[in-house]
Amino acid sequence: MSVLFVTGINSSYFEIIMEDQNKLLNEVTQRDYRFGFVSDIETDTIVKGLNEEVIRIISAKKDEPEFMLEFRLKAYRRWLTMKMPEWAQLKVPEIDYQDIIFYAAPTQQAKYESLNEVDPELLRTFEKLGIPLEEQKMLSGVAVDAVIDSVSVKTTFKETLAERGIIFCSFSEAVKHHPDLIQKYLGMAVPINDNYFAALNSAVFSDGSFVYIPKGTRCPMELSTYFRINAQNTGQFERTLIIADDDSYVSYLEGCTAPMRDENQLHAAVVEIIALNRAEVKYSTVQNWYPGDKNGKGGIFNFVTKRGICMGIASKIFWNQVETGSAITWKYPSCVLMGDNSVAEFNSVALTNNYQQADTGTKMIHIGKNTKSTIVSKGISAGHSSNSYRGLVRVAAKAENARNYSQCDSLLLGDSCGAHTFPYIEVGNSSSIIEHEATTSKIGEDQIFYCNQRGISTEDAIGMIVNGYAREVINKLPMEFAVEAQKLLQISLEGSVG
Amino acid sequence: MLVIKDLYAKVEGKDILKGINLTVNAGEVHAIMGPNGSGKSTLANVLAGHSNFEVTHGSVTFNGKDIFEMSPDVRAKEGLFLSFQYPVEIPGVSMVNFLKTAVNEHRKYRNEKELSAGDFLKLMREKKAMVQIDSQLTNRSVNEGFSGGEKKKNEIFQMAMLEPKLAILDETDSGLDIDALRIVSNGVNMLKSKDNATILVTHYQRLLDYIVPDFVHVLYEGRIVKSAGKELALELEAKGYDWIKKELGE
Repeated sequence: MSVLFVTGINSSYFEIIMEDQNKLLNEVTQRDYRFGFVSDIETDTIVKGLNEEVIRIISAKKDEPEFMLEFRLKAYRRWLTMKMPEWAQLKVPEIDYQDIIFYAAPTQQAKYESLNEVDPELLRTFEKLGIPLEEQKMLSGVAVDAVIDSVSVKTTFKETLAERGIIFCSFSEAVKHHPDLIQKYLGMAVPINDNYFAALNSAVFSDGSFVYIPKGTRCPMELSTYFRINAQNTGQFERTLIIADDDSYVSYLEGCTAPMRDENQLHAAVVEIIALNRAEVKYSTVQNWYPGDKNGKGGIFNFVTKRGICMGIASKIFWNQVETGSAITWKYPSCVLMGDNSVAEFNSVALTNNYQQADTGTKMIHIGKNTKSTIVSKGISAGHSSNSYRGLVRVAAKAENARNYSQCDSLLLGDSCGAHTFPYIEVGNSSSIIEHEATTSKIGEDQIFYCNQRGISTEDAIGMIVNGYAREVINKLPMEFAVEAQKLLQISLEGSVG
Repeated sequence: MLVIKDLYAKVEGKDILKGINLTVNAGEVHAIMGPNGSGKSTLANVLAGHSNFEVTHGSVTFNGKDIFEMSPDVRAKEGLFLSFQYPVEIPGVSMVNFLKTAVNEHRKYRNEKELSAGDFLKLMREKKAMVQIDSQLTNRSVNEGFSGGEKKKNEIFQMAMLEPKLAILDETDSGLDIDALRIVSNGVNMLKSKDNATILVTHYQRLLDYIVPDFVHVLYEGRIVKSAGKELALELEAKGYDWIKKELGE
């Protein structure tokens, strides 16, 4: 994603949306991938390929305790016995894991007292992204743990958060300073043997973010991390762990951009969320990685495992996502509703254009009594792309009065794209209520003409219609992300209708 | 303002318009009447630039500019407005957002400053009062779940917001009850001035009781076969279209 946060947060919601809509309209003329640049930062990498030695090097470079090395090795050995999943509606070129560099870190790893100490090239990168850290600090009130490549470079707002006992740091720091929490929760939501890519991530992950919200604490700001794939040919394996203790609340934002280049890049992240009694976690993503060019060349392969566990009574987890990037997306942010009365939601917009492929959806596993889940999936396909929704709703035998509502809509632009829906429903308790609705529609010429007749160009009309279609989900995003997401949808569809 | 010369157009390979000639000047109201299938709506859509209709011959100038050189959105920004017979629904796009975009696109085209949110809302309140549109409608998605009458009122409201030079009202009266018809007509009458023009496309004389035309044209089989003053509408109402057919010797 791009990270252009609107700065006038104190103006009314309406005004921002309106003003931004206009900016958005102006920006439509931009044709190329906006964030397609490679920044030239000195990078500390290790040799290509994957074996136990490489994993030991990664662990040693990060100065990890023994339990982490064991975790990694166990995962690696497990991974060796696993096969890449082939059930998805995706055509994935063969990935040569011996041709990937599994560790890259910007060379300056020291903690900076001020921005002056940071590599100026790195600062310029942030500027190009529209998020100079200082400006972010002053204007947006969003704490940013910016990750370039694999290591956290700078964390802001830590002090404010620390006053409330909130921990928000890079995963590496958490391993050093809070090994007890890591040891207790790492791999709880996504076990190392969960799937091929989760096992790979568990073996080689380089860094990521860690969040702990103490009991009874409401996190006063949106927490945010920007991931960015930077060094050439480097697989990116992020690891995120969010723990919300009893009666706490946190909203977490994740967004991504990647530089343009030709080789395919593998990305296999893992995100784990643990929500304890009555805790509420909102996880929002705007994903805009390089999708490849118009002919399907290049682009990111994105194989992500995201899962949350509603561990306690009345825990709540919300996944909100807007996905426009990546050549291939394989992603199913899921929830296990263990605690009685727990609530989970999955709200998603997935847009594919040109030759992009997306197989994405969610799993809602109802275990506790009176658990409730909602799924709203909005697929948008254009060009020659393929866009699939794959969702599982499972109600365990003891999940009395479980409820699920699923709505899966597909919007098609043009005749060469595909949309598929694969809903799986497994119900083991007769008191549960499961609803599933699905629609497929084509963007109407008459809708476009109607907009035209009011003076709105075709390109802007499509942006408007698509944003209207996705509004239900976009409205779930934090406001600055919503604005960003609207822009992305429009930019991603440029040139898709002739 | 609008000069149509020997206009031919077809849809799906079938000739619909077969040599239309019409001149509309500023300050005039023209009514185009005619039986079903005579090409009334086709004419409205061709002028607005709908891609389903293929122009095969003739010329149309709008304020001296060749209309076929302009994309539909440019025609709109030049001041041509079509009130749709069947306004489409655009789910999830709020009327406010839609109209703010439209108004500002018009302003940009005229090199005027875009309206701020505050100024826009003020303008909207004024125009709403003028055309007596229910203030709730503008909080909803474009035409979504609107009744037939609400849709037509909404068209007139948009016309009030965009202040076109030429408004083409395509069967705006159809599906309206008598109260709605009065509101819609009042709106149109209020927007009339010596600088703009209106083309009413209608089946029925009824609308012309409320919006009095300067000229009435009868469109039949793709051509204007009779033009006269407002009394022609009454004659048509009394005698029916068969009278025209007979006059044409059919």
